[in-house]
Amino acid sequence: MKILAYLIQKEFIQIFRNKAMLPMITLLPIIQLILLSNAASNEVKNVKLVVVDKDHSAQSRLLTRKISANDRFSLVAATLSDYEAQEIMQANKTDIILQIPENFERDFLSGAKPRLQTLVNAVNGQQATVGSGYLNSIIGSFNGELMSEIKQTNWSSQNAQINVASRNWYNPELKYTHFMAPGILAELTALLTIILSAMNIVREREIGTIEQINVTPIKKWQFVLGKLVPFLCLGVVLLIVGLSASKLIFDIPIRGNIGLIFVYGIVNLVAVLGLGLLISNFANTQQQAIFVAFFFILIFVLMCGLFTPIDSMPKWAQYFTIPNPLAHFISVSRKVLMKGSGLADIRMEFLYTTMLAFLFNGLAVWSYKKQS
Amino acid sequence: MSEQAIKVEGLTKRFGDFTAVDTISFQVEKGEIFGFLGANGAGKTTAMRMLIGLSKPTEGQGFVAGFDINTQAEKIKKNIGYMSQKFSLYNDLTVKENIRFYGGIYGLSKSRISEKTEDILAELRLFEVAKKPVRELPLGWKQRLSFAISMVHDPDIVFLDEPTGGVDPHVRRQFWETIYQQANAGRTIFVTTHYMDEAEYCNRVSIMVDGKIAALDTPDQLKKQFNSKSMDEVFLKLARNV
Repeated sequence: MKILAYLIQKEFIQIFRNKAMLPMITLLPIIQLILLSNAASNEVKNVKLVVVDKDHSAQSRLLTRKISANDRFSLVAATLSDYEAQEIMQANKTDIILQIPENFERDFLSGAKPRLQTLVNAVNGQQATVGSGYLNSIIGSFNGELMSEIKQTNWSSQNAQINVASRNWYNPELKYTHFMAPGILAELTALLTIILSAMNIVREREIGTIEQINVTPIKKWQFVLGKLVPFLCLGVVLLIVGLSASKLIFDIPIRGNIGLIFVYGIVNLVAVLGLGLLISNFANTQQQAIFVAFFFILIFVLMCGLFTPIDSMPKWAQYFTIPNPLAHFISVSRKVLMKGSGLADIRMEFLYTTMLAFLFNGLAVWSYKKQS
Repeated sequence: MSEQAIKVEGLTKRFGDFTAVDTISFQVEKGEIFGFLGANGAGKTTAMRMLIGLSKPTEGQGFVAGFDINTQAEKIKKNIGYMSQKFSLYNDLTVKENIRFYGGIYGLSKSRISEKTEDILAELRLFEVAKKPVRELPLGWKQRLSFAISMVHDPDIVFLDEPTGGVDPHVRRQFWETIYQQANAGRTIFVTTHYMDEAEYCNRVSIMVDGKIAALDTPDQLKKQFNSKSMDEVFLKLARNV
């Protein structure tokens, strides 16, 4: 135990003496938090639209006005020629072309069900699907209003409207930053600690001090724990800084028990640090360590449910999120912060993360070789 | 078994097809200064790493400080000191902090650590720089501090791997004086070097060529045997034969 204390003491002296460390664990995360939470938005805004109105009737103009009044759409051009509209799309200046056929109004009033056509630029898949979804719902409501105005007895009752009134729970104003900030915080913490821990041991290998430690009778678990504890403390500081910043800047809701976040956060950090230490055992240079760490970080970040929902991944990919500590952290932080979930609701995340913590650290101790 | 500080029989280390150390056998008496010589790549560092428990022998037997190098590496580590060629002090820690850290991980008590710190600072006259980071010390001082720290737990045997690389002859002499002091105090010194003039300072010398021990005796005997005036000549003759 005393030996461990000396290891930890030495690590802390080095951390505090390193001038780059303090800004790295305070300033950098805050900047990233602000930048990413605002910019990394999945919301689709500014869908560019070209309307080809061949009808030029009161109704077609009403529809066009209705669409352009919606702040998600910006009308780039109104033209009569299909060719011109396609040129605009070819030049990537529009996302959607809406074609209103001739005799649209007349057909509509006579009950002939005229057909509108939308041409969607699917190069940017998300913009395309979400944008055309918005457009369809605007057209749908236009359709409904129009029909209730006309009140053509027979078929209006056949096509009785069902109104869906939806409310957004847990994030009623659909504030994107509320959703992103906790996730990005989890991501930043994992990322920084994994890199710092992986680099640390490898640096000792590069300068040769690890050899000096290996000729002492120190136990392997003592060495690994001596590296783990200081970086765990750093991670907790990072969490405190990040959560405070998120609260102050984005006013994120903290509905659940903040202590629960920290208890889970510590388990999660232990898991992530274990992976960092494991990586460092197999790397001879800091470049190698960074390279391998990035391999994992990239997979973790892209498959953690922050940018794409885990539910919409293929089944096999969903299984891959189980050994991803970041996915659990994001899930926990969203549940606890936004929904106010308690321990029972996050028990699976807790279970998986604890298993990962044991697995990664066990492997780290096992693969740390004092003797080659 | 315990009369000798080090006893090795048929020690071998292979890396794939390459045999770095090829069935070497030798003994080192207690209190002896044993020089382990050889050109770069002759296998002396590899051999030494097996003795101090950093590397597992492929074949062969060996006892260091009375413990088996094959099975009791961790026990050996309690009884030996090691100073590597990349002297392993933490550059960003102060002189005092380095002493405290290494004392601490050898399990020394707090009072013993302060005693040791005083001793080392006094012996090396480092009081003025005790609170300076080690990186600011001249190379020769770092080497002597590194040597002192490798003995912080009072080991029976100290292994020195090319301890005087990169310093001028004057500083090297100073360093050897401290080695003599330690040997006189009863410590066994096992030192690798490729400076042939340093070989003259050793009680006995082994010369490794291509993984094998090509010669082993006192410097005087070796010079007689090879009909040479200096160890340098002995070494050149040996290298040419192989």
